[in-house]
Amino acid sequence: MSNIDLSNEETTLSHATLPRGAQWLVGVAAIALGGLALVLGMGIVGAVVIGVLAFLIGYPLWALLVENRRSATDKLITGLVWTAFGIAVIPLIWLVYMVVARGASVISPEFLTYSMRSVTGDEQGGLYHALMGTLIVTGIAALISIPIGIMTAIYLIEYGKGNRLAKAITFLVDVMTGIPSIVAGLFAFALFTLLVGPGTRFGFGGGVALSLLMIPTVVRSTEEMLKLVPDDLREAAYALGVPKWRTITRMVLPTAIGGIVTGVVLAISRVIGETAPLLVASGFNPNMNSNAFDDSPMMTVPVFIFTQLSEATAKGVSYAWGGALVLFVLVMVLNLIARIVGTIFAPKTGR
Amino acid sequence: MSIQVKDASIFYGDFKAVEDVSMSIKPKSVTAFIGPSGCGKSTFLRTLNRMHEVIPGAYVEGKIQIAGQDIYGPNVDPVAVRRKVGMVFQRPNPFPTMSIYDNVLAGNKLNSKRIKKSEADSIVEKALRGANLWNEVKDRLGKPGMGLSGGQQQRLCIARAIAVQPEVLLMDEPCSALDPISTAAIEDLIHELKSDYTIVIVTHNMQQAARVSDDTGFFNLKAAGQPGHLVEFNPTKQMFTKPDNPDTEAYISGRFG
Repeated sequence: MSNIDLSNEETTLSHATLPRGAQWLVGVAAIALGGLALVLGMGIVGAVVIGVLAFLIGYPLWALLVENRRSATDKLITGLVWTAFGIAVIPLIWLVYMVVARGASVISPEFLTYSMRSVTGDEQGGLYHALMGTLIVTGIAALISIPIGIMTAIYLIEYGKGNRLAKAITFLVDVMTGIPSIVAGLFAFALFTLLVGPGTRFGFGGGVALSLLMIPTVVRSTEEMLKLVPDDLREAAYALGVPKWRTITRMVLPTAIGGIVTGVVLAISRVIGETAPLLVASGFNPNMNSNAFDDSPMMTVPVFIFTQLSEATAKGVSYAWGGALVLFVLVMVLNLIARIVGTIFAPKTGR
Repeated sequence: MSIQVKDASIFYGDFKAVEDVSMSIKPKSVTAFIGPSGCGKSTFLRTLNRMHEVIPGAYVEGKIQIAGQDIYGPNVDPVAVRRKVGMVFQRPNPFPTMSIYDNVLAGNKLNSKRIKKSEADSIVEKALRGANLWNEVKDRLGKPGMGLSGGQQQRLCIARAIAVQPEVLLMDEPCSALDPISTAAIEDLIHELKSDYTIVIVTHNMQQAARVSDDTGFFNLKAAGQPGHLVEFNPTKQMFTKPDNPDTEAYISGRFG
């Protein structure tokens, strides 16, 4: 029996570690280095880059000297992931900050309730007509897309499982997801030029254009949600003597409803900010127009932003920011609704 | 109701899964199917209430009669067959959006049958008592069915199946996802249900087949890739003491291969 030496290097479980709070120490040093760069006249961007680089190199290097390779790699990769996260998030926060900071001063009861009818110079105008237009046009798009989209998804998942027609539809839906939005606008414009007359721009046309963009999103998200309903449950319903259509309407859809509603609301918030198709199909109008079927253009918030910006006056630019903030709040409210509805309808598993 | 099967072969598209099964299942008895995995016993069970048709391309040749009626006759509605022949699955599958109460009534609810509250209450109580679950859940009927334990969920599924008052109950490995105590509870339940229903059960557990069944069918494959077939169908006592076929004896005594 040979005596085994248990104290050799391989079996040691502990090693030297960096002092607690080492990352803060390195962080402070990196900030100091960045500050030094700023003082030396490198500009704010250069200073931030130098600070981040100093941290990304310094912290792993220290770990390499005191601890070991694995720990150093861990710290390097962790640092890189955080940096990537920061790069992704900063523009978003910046955007929100800019929209709120520049738009908030424009928002007033007048801005929300006036239209731009015969507003000249510095007179007070508003986006009431555009806000109503957006709600009407998006509402029409939703009314067209939701039934078509959900029924298509039901066909694809429940009836067409893998047959040729279903494969062709899935392919076309994927293609539709990728069409540039202005093409949808041109399609609607051309369609109503043929049906109604040349140069027809009206609210319903805008709704049709948006629904072309919305249907594929609704189909896709509903499909995913229906796929999540286990086949076990369908079989359980069939075994109780429930016909297929009742199984779908009474069991599958209620089980998936939370996800479907979330998907639909997100699809709405996705198209509510579309500009190009509305520019083409729904047009400009400084006046309030609440009839989507009347052969006259209907203003929408994105087009309002576009028009105000192209006026290139100080007032126009600030109105554009105001419009942006209104649109932003609209989308945020829709997303909140989607979340709330999603939690309300989620299948209950509690005891 | 008795079940008569004559020369039934089951196909998935071009693939023949089960070949030439003939048997006669006695009313108000428990019949167990045993055999190795992939030998077609579950497939065969699912043809008894036309559930295998859920898979595209599946069809049956031969004759399957329940109480003298050919369930594959030209004018037979599979939905009507399934109302008479209920099924309990391998994994408990209560409807996640429904409470315990609604799960038991699912057969009525999903078919939009209007029933009086008092009648509904009595159906629920009777079905849950029948499934030996009433005492455990009577105070929380409004709670979600998914909140029960696995064994309770499976008994809830049995309650759901008997609430629509079928004549035959098919069980596809109903205990394979359960612990021994829940399994014992379900086996006791099968004994009690026998007085009202014709029960056909697929199981991988030979002791279970010996404990609960009156008749046993042994399914096997001739070779990998070949269709499964019924090797022997006899009273359980005989199957487990002196089976007719040497293959059955080899399988039951564990000398299989």
